[in-house]
Amino acid sequence: MQKNLFIGLTGGLFVLATVLMSQTKKPAAAPGGAKASITRGKQVYLEQCLACHQVDGLGVQGMNPPLVKTKFVLGDKKALAKIVLTGMQGVEVEGEEYHGVMAPHPDLTDQQIADVLTYVRNSWGNKASAVTAGEVKAVRATNTPPAQ
Amino acid sequence: MQQFIKKEVFRKAACLTAGLILTGLVSFAGRNNGGGKVSGRGNGGGGAKGQPAKTTDAASQLKLPSGFSAVTVVENFGRTRHITVGPGGAVFVKLSKLKDGKGIYRLEDTNGDGKADKITGFGNFPGTGVAISNGYLYATTDEDVYRFQLNAKDEVLNPDQPEKIVTGLLSRHEHEAKTIALDDKGNLFVNIGAYSNACQLQDRTKGSPGMKPCKILDSAGGIWEFKAGKANQTYGDGHRYATGLRNCVALFWNKSTNSLFVMQHGRDQLHDLFPDIWDTKQSAELPAECMYELHDGSNCGWPYMFYDQLQHKKILAPEYGGDGKKTVGDEAQDPAAAYPGHMAPNGLVFYTGSQFPEKYRNGAFIAFHGSWNRAPEPQKGYFVVFQPFKNGKPSGQWEVFADNFSGGPEKAASGRVDYRPCGLAQGPDGSLYVTDDTKGTVWKISYRK
Repeated sequence: MQKNLFIGLTGGLFVLATVLMSQTKKPAAAPGGAKASITRGKQVYLEQCLACHQVDGLGVQGMNPPLVKTKFVLGDKKALAKIVLTGMQGVEVEGEEYHGVMAPHPDLTDQQIADVLTYVRNSWGNKASAVTAGEVKAVRATNTPPAQ
Repeated sequence: MQQFIKKEVFRKAACLTAGLILTGLVSFAGRNNGGGKVSGRGNGGGGAKGQPAKTTDAASQLKLPSGFSAVTVVENFGRTRHITVGPGGAVFVKLSKLKDGKGIYRLEDTNGDGKADKITGFGNFPGTGVAISNGYLYATTDEDVYRFQLNAKDEVLNPDQPEKIVTGLLSRHEHEAKTIALDDKGNLFVNIGAYSNACQLQDRTKGSPGMKPCKILDSAGGIWEFKAGKANQTYGDGHRYATGLRNCVALFWNKSTNSLFVMQHGRDQLHDLFPDIWDTKQSAELPAECMYELHDGSNCGWPYMFYDQLQHKKILAPEYGGDGKKTVGDEAQDPAAAYPGHMAPNGLVFYTGSQFPEKYRNGAFIAFHGSWNRAPEPQKGYFVVFQPFKNGKPSGQWEVFADNFSGGPEKAASGRVDYRPCGLAQGPDGSLYVTDDTKGTVWKISYRK
């Protein structure tokens, strides 16, 4: 019973802490908040990103760069959104070169891109602010994908 | 008293919440384990409580058929890609990233224990390909082929002055590794991989159509033949020996058939690009990684088709109007053998020694580097396969010869593996050498009766 009580209290505290933490978080300007954005973003990731960047976000040696704890993902949101919109090839991350081709994804909506980036920026140990559809929209307005 | 009851209710509620959370966590973890696969066991990773984890020795990690054993020639040597062995037994490995400023290393075992104890580096260029023919060591960058003269002791005569044999080959950061094989008549064969997945106008982009005709094939996506002894050749000096080959990292001149055999890396992303035709499971299996026996003028069909090893058919590529069922005719050569998709065959050697049992003679060893494009299905490969041959043709089912480079089924499934086999070579004593380009391991596999 003592043990149960301990677990119960710990669990209770954990729940309380989670509630408090989520309340202190700055609410994101996304439908349903950052948490809903992450949930939707995971679905976009599974369909659009997983094949190359893998389930654990660690990519493929020499080909597809990791998304975990790199400045590309955690840094400038505009630069990150631009990569999704216009694609990229050839990048050096932490001294390792990656040559894989990333297709541009202008077909995704601003909200889908915001969601998937918010998911990526808050998965596998990453922790960074949410990306909003408005921010993606601004980047899209100044960047068009390369002509076919 | 009321206060106590309130507290009790809170405690019970808290207990219940914690219980639910725990149940959720446990069931989530269970799902993540992929259908009851037990992790961490039998892998030397755990060890008893309170004791340090057993370190796994790279040599004993390999699972080999009965009677075979492995020693490591070198370990932690960097990006060791292809390998070749001189007639005197000196081993040469090519590195795709310079190690202490050198891209080729000569590894000599002077005391016969299998381990390299005399190591010398030379060649200030990174790359993948390396081969020995007629007293010369040939080595590649992603654009060029160089050669060095060897003496009777497999020593490099002018390590600082290689002769440039081929130059100016296309390298556009996709399938860029140039790999080589030589025949006995002074010809050098170079794999020039296609800088594309399926020759779409926009590479790997959903909805982008296939180029008609595929212009990439003019200068890549095939095997080019050059003179082994002529300096500074480029495209115009050689000729396209075989075309319609996406990327053949593994190629080897088979002396018993007197022909060139290659292993093609099949195309990627059937599901990503055409989710209405292929689901993720089919896309993990397809298309086959094919072995081809080439002759001058061979056309193996990329990018217009791929080989479906489940239907045993040459299927019209979806970028060119294919629906997963439409086939193509004899304009594309049939493969000599087909293996599951995306396993990335990077090394090929035909066994001509007498050390291994009779069944291996004139058969092929293939190093499968391991997949990435099977996700979200489990990844596959990370082993060396033996393909039996009879009368110069593949005969009978292939089998895994050297296994567990990955470090266990869980690591293989995730793709986060210990080692990835890449290059293969046979030593003059009939031993088989295997490289790993993740940590830089070279194994020597021998058979003892």
